[in-house]
Amino acid sequence: MALAIVVIAALLGLGLGFAATRLPEDEDGVVASIDALLPQTQCAQCGYPGCRPYAEAIASGTAEINQCPPGGEAGVAALAELLGREPVPLDPAFGEAGPPLVARIVEDRCIGCTLCIQACPVDAILGAAQRMHTVIEAECTGCELCLPPCPVDCIDLVEVPRAGGVHVLPRPEIPIRLEARG
Amino acid sequence: MGEAVAIGTRRWRFHGGLKLRHWKTLSLERTLATCPLPERLVVPVGQQRSGAPVPCVRPGQLVARGEAIALPSSPDDVALHAPAAGTVRQIAPAPVIGRGATEAPCITIDVDPDGPDAFLSPITPWATTAPAALRTRIREAGVAGLGGSLVPTAGKIDAAGDSAPTLIVNGAECEPYIACDEAQMLAGPERVLLGAQIIARAVGAAQVILAIEDERPELAERLAESAASLGDAAPAIVTVPTVYPEGGEKQLIRVLTGLEVPGGGTPLDLGLLCLNVGTVAAVHDAVVEGRPLISRVVSVTGRGFGAPRNLEVAIGTPVAWLAAQAGGYTDAIRRLVMGGPMMGVPLAHDDVPVTRASNCILGLIAEDITPTAPELPCIRCMECVRVCPAQLLPQQLFWHIRAGSYDQAANHALADCIECGCCAQVCPSQIPLVDYYRHGKTELAAQRVEQERATVARLRFEARSARLDRQEAARRERLEAKQQKLRSARDRKAEIAAAVARARARKQGNDEDL
Repeated sequence: MALAIVVIAALLGLGLGFAATRLPEDEDGVVASIDALLPQTQCAQCGYPGCRPYAEAIASGTAEINQCPPGGEAGVAALAELLGREPVPLDPAFGEAGPPLVARIVEDRCIGCTLCIQACPVDAILGAAQRMHTVIEAECTGCELCLPPCPVDCIDLVEVPRAGGVHVLPRPEIPIRLEARG
Repeated sequence: MGEAVAIGTRRWRFHGGLKLRHWKTLSLERTLATCPLPERLVVPVGQQRSGAPVPCVRPGQLVARGEAIALPSSPDDVALHAPAAGTVRQIAPAPVIGRGATEAPCITIDVDPDGPDAFLSPITPWATTAPAALRTRIREAGVAGLGGSLVPTAGKIDAAGDSAPTLIVNGAECEPYIACDEAQMLAGPERVLLGAQIIARAVGAAQVILAIEDERPELAERLAESAASLGDAAPAIVTVPTVYPEGGEKQLIRVLTGLEVPGGGTPLDLGLLCLNVGTVAAVHDAVVEGRPLISRVVSVTGRGFGAPRNLEVAIGTPVAWLAAQAGGYTDAIRRLVMGGPMMGVPLAHDDVPVTRASNCILGLIAEDITPTAPELPCIRCMECVRVCPAQLLPQQLFWHIRAGSYDQAANHALADCIECGCCAQVCPSQIPLVDYYRHGKTELAAQRVEQERATVARLRFEARSARLDRQEAARRERLEAKQQKLRSARDRKAEIAAAVARARARKQGNDEDL
């Protein structure tokens, strides 16, 4: 009996050891699940040129999980949960979490230089050379990458309601009781 | 779609629920009356669940009563009609009471009481009219679920198709004060019964029943009298035990058939079509009188009003005007609620319009109100589990939402919560559970939108990255080709030079030989 258990344990151990060393890790799957937790603003505040590259860096161990300001503390917590790590505070060196923003072009000042169009990581700016440009608000992630290249400083970032204006009822803080009893 | 379930005489019971004292006689002492038109109507345009209808009138335009003022933007939508004749004053956001929103775009109409009507032509006799024509009429007239869901009735009926479902007319008003359906049935039982027959014809229903609560004998008698005069084709009147929330669609179906509507499904999955009494009456008016959905019955009730009563009210009538028609506020009034005491929303002011979903305006006095008490910790007494008619785990839902684990709450079927308020009512720790669930549901909705937006951003980023890579590869290829050409040109030059050098060397050698 004891021998049988020892044999089974040894076999299982060998099997697991083999699986750990020989079977390839699903690198793409890990990157994809990390990428799915990132806010997809593509703002590059983390130091990588987009959310996917940052996800790859996290997966390979070259980046920390607290470098994404738009994701906020909730984003760090989700990553920590996924990767089985301890949540850490957001690293202020990479920026601070803020309200949702979208870019808006001041039409009087736009000279049609197309520099912002080239900078936009999600192709959310529409326009052509010598023609006024405009931002497709529904697709703008508020990444701010269009600001630095603009030679006439005609792009403003404006605060917008969360989730396109879906009204979220407040979490009850003050207990209110409205019902009457029959 | 399931085979139609026949409803027999056996009654089941649903899980949980509460036996509450009824206050219906308060408003039923006075008969149903038509509320006079106010000077101005404010018709909210954004009340529909999927997208909002688009206004098709301009400020300053004259409209007739019953004329379409907003057209549907999708097939899941229905048109809105002018509740009264007059002049469109403005189309702008105004305060409203609805799920979540505090403001919605509204069409304001300056009422002209002597203005013209523009109803549809009556369909007579409807009994020989093709079902398709009846369905078209129900759509044109903009009939929507007056039980509060505002689901377009035409959509439900079209989904039923020709499946011959069992039609259940839901007259089991279970909120303690609300009596708008009962008032309507007492005042005009034939409207409801004929309306049910019209819908039965439109969907080819195998069986039609009208369910009311068993504690309303007077109503049962009145309905039976009216049904007898209509003969065999009249809907069967059945009574169900008076337990809150009996009037919930899923609860009523459980009581009548013993079956459960699957989570995320509809009664049609069981071969049932369930419609509210008000909706059925609106269908009757649309077909027999050609009258679009422009008014509804509202209970203006509670001891906070001088003369509580039920009123047929034009959509968009301000609550303040309505209150004045019900004897005004008494000195004792402490709280104004839109809806019933269990599921209603408290009003901060009375300058909001009645919408198609408003079934009740409730004025409560101090005695009716449980004093505000601090929220205490959950002691896991399981009272909420015992009363939950949706058979959820309210304490777990609360726990997850409070911890911000909205996904976990969703896994615990938060979407199946009907917000009936039973759990909050029995909670010994006075936890405002329903407020937590409403918060959780709206938070999840917002997260879904954010997730969709993130997906769009990711796809666009990937598409752009792929495009840039492609362009870079193409550029590199071009460069390579150019260099290749340059190199080959250089090689040719070198070859020629070498040949020239060889020739020259040979020539030189020849010269030396000579």
